[in-house]
Amino acid sequence: MKSSRFDATVLTLGFAFLYIPIIILVVYSFNASKLVTVWGGFSLQWYRTMWSNQGLMDAAWVTARVGVISATIGTVLGTLAALALVRFTRFHGRMLFSGMIYAPLVMPEVITGLSLLLLFVAVGIDRGFWTVVIAHTTFTMCYVAIVVQSRLLTFDLSLEEAALDLGCPPVKTFFKITLPLIFPAVIAGWMLAFTLSLDDLVIASFTTGPGATTLPIKIYSQVRLGVTPEINAICTILIGLVTIGVIIASISTKQTEMRRIRDEHVAARGTT
Amino acid sequence: MAKSLGPVKRKFSPWADPSAVPFIRFENITKRFGTFTAVDNLTLDIYEREFFSLLGPSGCGKTTLMRMLAGFEEPTEGRILLQGKDISGVPPYRRPTNMMFQSYALFPHMTVEKNVAFGLEQDNLPKGEVAARVEEMLKLVKLEQFAKRKPNQLSGGQRQRVALARSLAKRPKVLLLDEPLGALDKKLREETQFELMDLQTKLGLTFLIVTHDQEEAMTVSDRIAVMDKGLIMQVATPAEIYEAPNSRYVADFIGDINILEGTVTSTDSALGMPGSVRIDCDGIAVSVEQECQAVKGDKVAFAVRPEKVRISPDQPADISANAVYGEVWDIGYLGDFSVFLVKLADGRVVRAAQANVSRLVDRPITFGDMVWLTWPLDAGLVLTR
Repeated sequence: MKSSRFDATVLTLGFAFLYIPIIILVVYSFNASKLVTVWGGFSLQWYRTMWSNQGLMDAAWVTARVGVISATIGTVLGTLAALALVRFTRFHGRMLFSGMIYAPLVMPEVITGLSLLLLFVAVGIDRGFWTVVIAHTTFTMCYVAIVVQSRLLTFDLSLEEAALDLGCPPVKTFFKITLPLIFPAVIAGWMLAFTLSLDDLVIASFTTGPGATTLPIKIYSQVRLGVTPEINAICTILIGLVTIGVIIASISTKQTEMRRIRDEHVAARGTT
Repeated sequence: MAKSLGPVKRKFSPWADPSAVPFIRFENITKRFGTFTAVDNLTLDIYEREFFSLLGPSGCGKTTLMRMLAGFEEPTEGRILLQGKDISGVPPYRRPTNMMFQSYALFPHMTVEKNVAFGLEQDNLPKGEVAARVEEMLKLVKLEQFAKRKPNQLSGGQRQRVALARSLAKRPKVLLLDEPLGALDKKLREETQFELMDLQTKLGLTFLIVTHDQEEAMTVSDRIAVMDKGLIMQVATPAEIYEAPNSRYVADFIGDINILEGTVTSTDSALGMPGSVRIDCDGIAVSVEQECQAVKGDKVAFAVRPEKVRISPDQPADISANAVYGEVWDIGYLGDFSVFLVKLADGRVVRAAQANVSRLVDRPITFGDMVWLTWPLDAGLVLTR
């Protein structure tokens, strides 16, 4: 009993450490008072004013577009990289290529950001929306590659061979057999890429230019002038979106699992 | 061989006809993976409508050989001819062969129907024709009512039949089966073996099967190639492989056999029969009726199957040759057969199998009994390799 009380305490403290800051943020987004630290009663006014804060809304729109575009390009490139790494086990420079895919994961963001900035300056590209998209693509594709790679490692190659054997050319085989089967991993990679793009501050602030302020940059710059309840409100919405995403993902995983179990029961009976 | 060996499955032996043109020809095929040689300068002919087995332990190169025919691997050296045409460099999706995979490789995201239709759709056949052929195939494997199921809603045996239907749907010239029945339980496997033979005869196709299960190979094949370390040890009918193995390896690999090492003492006709060979197997005098290349003094092996060895508590009339005396050391009761392990005075063990023809025996042989083992002149054979 002693140890279980200890466990409970540790668990409570751990969760408190993780969630109290977020709870405070959410609670204060419903604060009627403009002062961030004083509770002035329940109100939704900051959610209303948030919508009319043009700067914040513009930034949100930029972030959404950067996220969708960079996640999509990153997913395509990352999936191709994963295929190359898993399928061509014996090409020259595989080790190097493999290492280079992982490097950006451990590279300090400041360095990634700075080096991209130097690149854009050297090449002479005007920094703005597309430079942020390129920057996000380069670092999110690595995450996609790793997610897809782990799925491909357990992929039964004889499925592709069977398709080839039945007369399906390689490219068509990829789209008819491989892609549909690894699609959950590709989608998971896209979601991860989108989320990473959504909350990146460091790389975006290095590579952005006028007219392409992302939401994290906007929030950060506003916070330096003082936290407003509007910021709390938009953060609460972001938290809500992420939470819904996680819940949907876990429900669909659960359902897939349950369907699998049901199928196996049907199979075990062996009849209609 | 003067005498015919065992039963024949059906009257079919194109390999014995020198004018017959092989359907598939592996010509001096070598396949290396890095420094490992999987297939070593191998030449093999397979005839149309033949049910041919590649049999061997894992790593003997049998699967590699099949995958080269399917087009998944290219030979390092040599060429493969299909109906006289060199198919080297032809990609798998343009070869008139279809394969049934060991894992079945059913597409999990498609229904049974879609799986079977997949190959036909690649040929851009009209929809009606595809549907008709799918129906025909599902009927053939008795899975009509499962058309709309996904593979994971089927039992192992049903999946195996879907895989078979899918690989047969395109009416390939050659059907390749990679350990097709390995995942099924014994009873189902035996049933399916007969279904396969039936299908092969009915459809008139050439079947090439890879297996490590010798019983399976014996049951289904017209001819078997026994492989070891990338080489073919013997190609022959199941009966020949069993009754006249050409080497210690084949004799030992197929079925149960007693092998006694010895030296040829004479090859005359001392026993009044032509071609008789006498061997001294460290004190056991063996006499065999066999035409044989061996000459006096050669180191050879004498091999005899346990079911051809008679066991009796009574001393036989003639003990000058082909008779040993020993103690029953162990008995393996298999139901239809009992296998007796008899330990000789020098410690060697000779096995004898006896069919349990009657339920009750007056004087059953049991542990510790002293018995005589004898075999006729034509029961065993001399192995020089």
